[in-house]
Amino acid sequence: MGAFNHSVIEKSAPLFLLLTLVTIAIGGLVQIIPLFKIESTIEPVKGMRPYSPLELAGRNIYIREGCYNCHSQMIRPFRDEVDRYGHYSLAAESKYDHPFQWGSKRTGPDLARVGGKYSNAWHVAHLKNPRDVLPGSIMPPYGFLKDKPLEVDTLGDHLRTLRTLGVPYSAAMIEAAAADAKLQAQPDSGDADALRARYPKAPLGPFVEKPGPVTEMEALIAYLQVLGTLAEIEAARPEDLRQTR
Amino acid sequence: MAIATLVRPGIQPGIRYDNGIVRMFVIATVIWAIGGMMAGVFIAGQLAFPVLNLSEYVNFGRFRAVHTSSVVLGFAGNALIGTSLHVVQRTCQVRLFGGRAPALFVFWGYQVTVLMAIIGYMFGISKAMEYAEPEWYNVLLLVVVWVVYFVIFTGTIVRRTEPHIYVANWFYWAFIVTVAVLVIVNNLSLPVSLLGTKSYSVWSGVQSAMIQWWYGHNMVGFFLTAGFIGIMYYFLPKQAGRPIYSYRLSIVHFWALIFLYIWAGPHHLHYTALPDWTQTLGMVFSIMLWMPSWGGMINGIMTLSGAWGKLRTDPVLRFLVVAVAFYGMATFEGPLMAIREVNALSHYTDWTVGHVHSGALGWVAFMAFGALYYLVPRLWGRPLHSKPMVEVHFWLATIGILFYITAMWVAGISQALMWRAYDDQGFLQYSFSDSVVMLHPYYVVRLVGGLFFLSGMLLMAFNLYRTARAPMVRDVDGALAPARLGASA
Repeated sequence: MGAFNHSVIEKSAPLFLLLTLVTIAIGGLVQIIPLFKIESTIEPVKGMRPYSPLELAGRNIYIREGCYNCHSQMIRPFRDEVDRYGHYSLAAESKYDHPFQWGSKRTGPDLARVGGKYSNAWHVAHLKNPRDVLPGSIMPPYGFLKDKPLEVDTLGDHLRTLRTLGVPYSAAMIEAAAADAKLQAQPDSGDADALRARYPKAPLGPFVEKPGPVTEMEALIAYLQVLGTLAEIEAARPEDLRQTR
Repeated sequence: MAIATLVRPGIQPGIRYDNGIVRMFVIATVIWAIGGMMAGVFIAGQLAFPVLNLSEYVNFGRFRAVHTSSVVLGFAGNALIGTSLHVVQRTCQVRLFGGRAPALFVFWGYQVTVLMAIIGYMFGISKAMEYAEPEWYNVLLLVVVWVVYFVIFTGTIVRRTEPHIYVANWFYWAFIVTVAVLVIVNNLSLPVSLLGTKSYSVWSGVQSAMIQWWYGHNMVGFFLTAGFIGIMYYFLPKQAGRPIYSYRLSIVHFWALIFLYIWAGPHHLHYTALPDWTQTLGMVFSIMLWMPSWGGMINGIMTLSGAWGKLRTDPVLRFLVVAVAFYGMATFEGPLMAIREVNALSHYTDWTVGHVHSGALGWVAFMAFGALYYLVPRLWGRPLHSKPMVEVHFWLATIGILFYITAMWVAGISQALMWRAYDDQGFLQYSFSDSVVMLHPYYVVRLVGGLFFLSGMLLMAFNLYRTARAPMVRDVDGALAPARLGASA
């Protein structure tokens, strides 16, 4: 092989291992590190806030049930996608998502802006048996969520964990987590204005016909109803939505 | 020359390799293949007939990860660890480093890890990151097992009596090291409570997307590609009885492959909120990746130079060679789909699912089948029970793949075209539901393809079982010659 002889490398285990490590490290470092450093990676759009405890609980059900296997949450900047789903998704809109739920497959439609598109009653009927409202649907039924009481007492721990990871939950939010979850499901039971002050634009219940103890169904619907409703895209200047090329 | 290791006929006298552990991994590979592919057929059935979503525990959403984890980690993972422990002993001419105990720990630790993960999914324990669903405690266990595996493999290489490290081991080693890095970085997460299963990923939003697909694509690149090229570089020349085509090509394509693969992740995130510069890098490197991929394919296929006739008579060799051919096809289709404009059409559709399966069934499974058919007669010291059964397996599997990928091509492209179709008035022509209804026949064809593939694989399991349970043959005819290959059971 001319001046260079590969047998030097393949005769030395430490050298081989070291060169392999260096070779596989470069690409990842170049692509990943700048995403934490370049400020324009996440657009300075207004309106984004951490999930309310009930929305977060709903998101955890979304995660548990593997909804990401069939539903994306990432609208691409194409005419048909914008017509079908709404404004293309911004990086800012998932900045509090640990981890992201952009998905990779649309066996069902994109859900990035599903919030507010359908009524709570539609969601209940659809989750119970999707084919009751969409005859051609192949989605599994999720009626069992209606019978499962939501675990609300530990929600404060969830908020605290996320705060450690950088999500801006305040001490008051963590303190009120369990109460806030119940309040969002049954806004008449307490001071819903205080909840809305902590979590602007939070979709308020009742999410089901006769709300009793909060169920997983209600949490999931609260999550679905907030998706894509927070970022104030219309109010943003075009240059604020631009990332580094 | 490292290649010489392979063609040298004998082995050093007096070495008794640890075949027991390889036999265990072989058995586990077959069991996971059965379970994982049955799960695959089941979820394919659910997409064609949603009534099969029988309960919350087996709904598609939870069960899809049962399928992916049991085929990728269970089937492919056991094939990789098992063959690597077989190959590293023979090409280094020493027994496994550390003896029996650590190898047994890796075996049982790995089975428990994967089993725990898939049972967890059924009960809703999942991080919802594709191919990285296991929760924090499960990942911790996997990392411990993997470190021990790395130590066994590395220790064996360090103590080798051959001066050169053989090319199969380069690929196995790169696979072991890179998978460790990927798994640790992508899975960094904070548990809500040390007594609970739930954790939150350290990474969020756009960064978590980038890290996830850096991980995800390189699980393909190193777990399902580099590791399996390791299998190719040992079992293909062995079965063909020919040396590897080009030593120089193996050097060039090894370093190019492991350097370029790592960059390819962002092609999973085209047109998303990931910045354009990162997408462009992902696209460019994915296209460049075509070259080293085909370097490996050419090196594999050309190893048959002068022995092409064996393809007619040896179905085991045919599995290995057709695997390499599928590798070539999948690694041509991959760069194509990584081009942004093509990806605009293919992304989010079943075309991607078809692409993955042309690689997973055609390359990964065929390569594993070839290695299993090679290993079982030698490890158990008995001739293969039935060669015609291997023939039948080959055709059942090949027909199954063709059904699967053609159905998914048509399904995916139709889906994408329906989503972007406008009518004369400038309105979207189809509702999303229309595109779902359209898919039904293709999902049925895919299910049939899966059943073909599964039935062939069950035939293989039966054939291998009968082989292993046949009466002991002391003197096998020259064609099999298990004794020479160190079947010192």
